[in-house]
Amino acid sequence: MKRLALSATAILVSAVVFLIPFGFIALTAVKDRRQAALLDFSWPRQFRFVENFAEVVKARDYMLIIAFINSTILTVCSVAVMVVFAAMVGFVLQRRVSRWTGLINFLVLSGLIIPPAVVPTIWVLQSLGLFRTMPGLILIEVAFGMSFSILLFRAFVATIPRELDEAATIDGAGPMRLFARVIFPLLRSVAITVIVVQSVVVFNDFTNPLYFLPGDQNATVQLTLYNFQSQYSTQYNLLFMNMLLITVPPLVMFMFFNRRIVAGLTAGSLKG
Amino acid sequence: MLTLSPRRIAAVAAVTISALVLSACSPGSLGSSDPNAATTLSFLADNSETSMKIAEGLAKDFSAKNPSITIKVETRPQGGEGDNVVKTRLSTGDMTDIFMYNSGSLFQALKPEQNLVALGDQAFAGNLDAAFKTTVTAGGQLYGVPFGGATGGGILYNKAVYQRLSLQVPKTWTEFMANNAKIKAAGIAPVIQTYQDTWTSQLLILADFHNVSAVQPDFADRYTKNQAKYANTPAAARGFQKLQEVFDAGYLTKDFASTKLENGVKHLADGTGAHYPMLTFAVGTIVTNNPDKVGDIGFFAQPGDDAAKLGLTVWEPAGVYIPKTTTGAKLDAAKKFLAFVASKEGCDSTAKAFTPSGPFLVKGCALPSNVPGAIKDMQPYFDSGANSPALEFLSPVKGPALEHICVEVGSGIRKAADAAALYDQDVKKQAQQLGLPGW
Amino acid sequence: MSNTRKARRRTAPSPYPYWFYLPAAVVYAVLFLVPTFASFYFSLTRWSLFDYQFIGLDNFVLFFQEPALVKGFFNTILYAVTTSGLKVILGLPLAVLLTSRIVARGYLRSVVFFPVLVSTIGVGITFTVLMNPEQGLFNRSLAAVGIQGPGWLTDPSWALLSVALVDVWKGVGLATLIYIAGIVSIPQEYFEAARVDGAGAFGGFRHIILPLARPATVTVVILSLIGGLRSFDLIWAMTRGGPGFTSDVIASVIYKQYQAGFYGLSTAGNVILFLVVTAIVVPLFRYLNRGEVEQ
Repeated sequence: MKRLALSATAILVSAVVFLIPFGFIALTAVKDRRQAALLDFSWPRQFRFVENFAEVVKARDYMLIIAFINSTILTVCSVAVMVVFAAMVGFVLQRRVSRWTGLINFLVLSGLIIPPAVVPTIWVLQSLGLFRTMPGLILIEVAFGMSFSILLFRAFVATIPRELDEAATIDGAGPMRLFARVIFPLLRSVAITVIVVQSVVVFNDFTNPLYFLPGDQNATVQLTLYNFQSQYSTQYNLLFMNMLLITVPPLVMFMFFNRRIVAGLTAGSLKG
Repeated sequence: MLTLSPRRIAAVAAVTISALVLSACSPGSLGSSDPNAATTLSFLADNSETSMKIAEGLAKDFSAKNPSITIKVETRPQGGEGDNVVKTRLSTGDMTDIFMYNSGSLFQALKPEQNLVALGDQAFAGNLDAAFKTTVTAGGQLYGVPFGGATGGGILYNKAVYQRLSLQVPKTWTEFMANNAKIKAAGIAPVIQTYQDTWTSQLLILADFHNVSAVQPDFADRYTKNQAKYANTPAAARGFQKLQEVFDAGYLTKDFASTKLENGVKHLADGTGAHYPMLTFAVGTIVTNNPDKVGDIGFFAQPGDDAAKLGLTVWEPAGVYIPKTTTGAKLDAAKKFLAFVASKEGCDSTAKAFTPSGPFLVKGCALPSNVPGAIKDMQPYFDSGANSPALEFLSPVKGPALEHICVEVGSGIRKAADAAALYDQDVKKQAQQLGLPGW
Repeated sequence: MSNTRKARRRTAPSPYPYWFYLPAAVVYAVLFLVPTFASFYFSLTRWSLFDYQFIGLDNFVLFFQEPALVKGFFNTILYAVTTSGLKVILGLPLAVLLTSRIVARGYLRSVVFFPVLVSTIGVGITFTVLMNPEQGLFNRSLAAVGIQGPGWLTDPSWALLSVALVDVWKGVGLATLIYIAGIVSIPQEYFEAARVDGAGAFGGFRHIILPLARPATVTVVILSLIGGLRSFDLIWAMTRGGPGFTSDVIASVIYKQYQAGFYGLSTAGNVILFLVVTAIVVPLFRYLNRGEVEQ
């Protein structure tokens, strides 16, 4: 009974706190341009869901679709690379404490603190021949997301007992097998967290594609929002419809991964 | 089940690599030109609705006249982010073949002599309005042609309210304040302000510039040389005082701190606000959002203290420029395009694309007769020559914090004299950044 | 040949080889560290992106003369402490709730995490509308109960705090997610053992979850503190540092300089911000990691 009451309260509170703002976005997305400009909670005079949807998708030669494709490629590639690299670093960083550990920790933290310098980065990319290429942008996202991922992995490797490492090493496992067969599977929940969070970050990234892979055919998803904003007249209905359209896929992806985290709970660990 | 076995990792890696290979081909393979047939030029414009419509209209009409040249329009954000994109692309040698960008002080910040193609030798150079030419000239060389028409800065007003209260268009600031008092007595907010869009707070100060140069013609020059400041030039400081006056008298709309420009325009159109200090660009917003009320809106220049010296402060349009990285056949094609833009056909194309915000600055171009009344109200100031470019077009010195300082004055947080002094301090950074002598 | 190989195996190479660092290090160093330290050089110049002129420490002096600086520092600390504090305090109970056996758990997790996905612009506009002093939903609801709501974003004394609350709304889902990962990685046996020992729900929380979710807590504290000290995009979207300069933080001051084209000056500001954040975060990081619980 207590469980039901708690659930009911949670659902109610969540609706008020989280769904009302979402409701505003959804309401504005289906209004016509003039009513949307009022920016209030009025009920739409006409329901223009299909028209607004079509207009947003067609804007600037179907920029939204190209943007989705680009953002997806960028996200999948960079997150896959990031997770593997960062897990390797986090693992060794936590296990092997040496005189370099302090410096490496500092360098990792600085990645979170210092914003990237755009123009020198462009110079580096140009000298490597990676400027204005998708692989170049993928590597940029990997570099900028590294700190967050390393931090998370390092923190969670601490929860894996060293006895497991020793058991595996005694059995003759080399570092690669130790990492791939023993450690990485135990980092499932944090790996999923990193995947989810970094996917959101990269998918919603606006400035990096703007500077490192410019051009309309290279547009990413956040950039499409600027099609409807202007100093003198913002088309709020299309802007919010665009926002809905670019929020929904990550939400779906999150709900999919969400079940995996639950699976982690019931599967437990391989200890004991 | 998501098991993270090594086989799975290998699979993911394989997918990644193949995606990388694929993606190395896909973006960028669109928009490539066939060298045998036509020349394709890329044209970078900001992504506001206005600029997009004008740019695409020009591209289409030009290609109709010159079938062997295609213009492809690319977008960039507006505002500060757009400034950075333009500067970054120019400095890394990665700019499109043609691009549009502000004229005046922002144009100077692009280091034109280093980065842009000089156009003084072109035939169309003689067609351009003299005042406009000064805003796209550096080191004595011309670098751009106008994109769109001029914009006026002054007071948009609701003619229906004026008629109802039997008011006359004010010719001095005192008359303006007297009108405001009567409007307030009738229960309507006299002056609309929209500080949620911070840049709109600057209008009362900036649109006052004609009145400043009427009293002190060499102010812009001395200002650039750090010989005159806002704080110690009474005519200039008057602008800040005017903003404080309307706040102190309680003439502002009640929601001034939380409204955006579009709501301010709506106040004006509905008649819940009588005056809106604004650029005539906003008339286009009224045409889009409240087309049935456009006939009620009029425009007059911001009055000074002397009726005889009344005149309009003009904002010059953006310019179209060619970066030095455009060469050979593309350079010739680009120059042809600029010639088109600076011609009567170009003006007609622009007027067709979007409601003009003011007269064109190319000789031989006239405003179409169906422009809204508020735009027509600007014509007398041009016919009589009673107009000056805004300060940012006569001097490269403009501080970045002006809009925030104006919000403070207009909200009663800071007094006018203090604000003028603060702004003088702010522009020092800009002047030093530009390496101007005397600062 | 085979002798040396056998000899090497007998000295037992570490199962934690340094070459694990290599792929990440190459990418990170080349694409982040090198450009960043190159840019630090430009903080000593007057840089217009097209040319630069060495002026030594003038940029730093100029930055410290910024009129809104003291208030900016104060605002930065206030914003960072408020947002990270609230995220830590709210995130953990939420995570406990969302890992317990309540109804509609999947829906609740999605709803809590959904704000993280929405773009900052969208969140900014939405809450600016909700917080409108006359017509916004917040004040209208308060008025219905007879309370006069403040000018959330237009009153200088409220502006920064209002944005901080929106920041927490947007970011608490992320904190909760990290906490959930932490709680989920605690083996079930611990909970069962505690239950056998007679510990109630609260005891389970205090003795099992709190200590064993420590890596998650440390991560959330560090990440949200750094984020709070550095972030400004929500402030920018909602108030632009206003009204006037009253909700400016260091990062928005730097951003305004960057927008104005003062590239050398804004880089100097970034160096200063980096030093300030490091001075706060690194000691905290060391302190929190000293008591690391290794099983």
